[in-house]
Amino acid sequence: MQELSLNVLDVAENSMRARAKNVTVEITEDTAADRMEIRIADDGCGMSKEMTEQVTDPFFTTRTTRKVGLGVPFFKMAAEMAGGEFSIMSEPGVGTETRATFGLSHIDRMPLGDIASTMQLLICDHEDVNVIYRHRVDAETFEVSSDQLKEVLDGVPLGLPEIRTFIGEYLKENIEALYHPEPEAPADPEGGQAAEPARNEQDMNTTMEE
Amino acid sequence: MKSLAELQALRDKARVEMGMREDAPDNIRIVVGMATCGIAAGARPVLNAFVNEVAKRGLKNVTVSQTGCIGICQYEPVAEVYVPGQEKTTYVKLTAEKAAKIVVDHIVNGNVVTDYTIGAAAPTK
Repeated sequence: MQELSLNVLDVAENSMRARAKNVTVEITEDTAADRMEIRIADDGCGMSKEMTEQVTDPFFTTRTTRKVGLGVPFFKMAAEMAGGEFSIMSEPGVGTETRATFGLSHIDRMPLGDIASTMQLLICDHEDVNVIYRHRVDAETFEVSSDQLKEVLDGVPLGLPEIRTFIGEYLKENIEALYHPEPEAPADPEGGQAAEPARNEQDMNTTMEE
Repeated sequence: MKSLAELQALRDKARVEMGMREDAPDNIRIVVGMATCGIAAGARPVLNAFVNEVAKRGLKNVTVSQTGCIGICQYEPVAEVYVPGQEKTTYVKLTAEKAAKIVVDHIVNGNVVTDYTIGAAAPTK
């Protein structure tokens, strides 16, 4: 895997295969703590204690086409090589939660990459699953869910090509905005004119009421 | 920045065009392998390219979906094309560019892109 968003896609697909009704993908980037956390939680069929212990072993897999399963081991490796930790908790009939932490500025931390594409796929290709996406970058948060989108779509499927394309762009723009937050209106109790930048008329009416 | 209000406008347009899609008898299916092997080899941009090309050309009788491991991991990214009444075509070692070409040549014009098929990639005796 070249980027963490691919690990997210791969591990979240396991949740889909576990027949989850709700899948949460939560990404937290904290610059001050120099830490990144990726949490993927589902309410799927869950796994027994024995099986949960086995899934980080590359030579364990549920598939029948061959004898190795690398999805979870790759994710664990990505965290551990970037100064982070990995955990997986599961209970039969309740669900599974996978957590990976990373040193945000660690030289071996893979970039998050195109997480918008990952979420677009998870949301649009799983019409009957509610995918919840929450992404925090320091003080900024972006959150969206399949249920929220389905409410707007009112019966029009998420998988229609033009809807998919829109959702992809919607995710991309909102996620990118997390990294470039709009500068807050400067707190200027004096209303100092010299420092004031040129404003358009609309701004005049909406900002800085004393 | 795109908002959910714009999605609402798009919904109304899509609803008008719906109906002829999905269960139509001439429905063509494109299925992309999306297990660990496919994802690691680059299946995500391939699937996106299929969807974008289908959307761009306004093809109503085509659905793009994903499946798990097809079992030929060394040939990933892999996609299978099902045209009703014809043999299944398996395309291997795909890229976004190849996916776009498959939509134009195979889906729109009915010519299998032989160079990208598993038959062309498999070692010959």
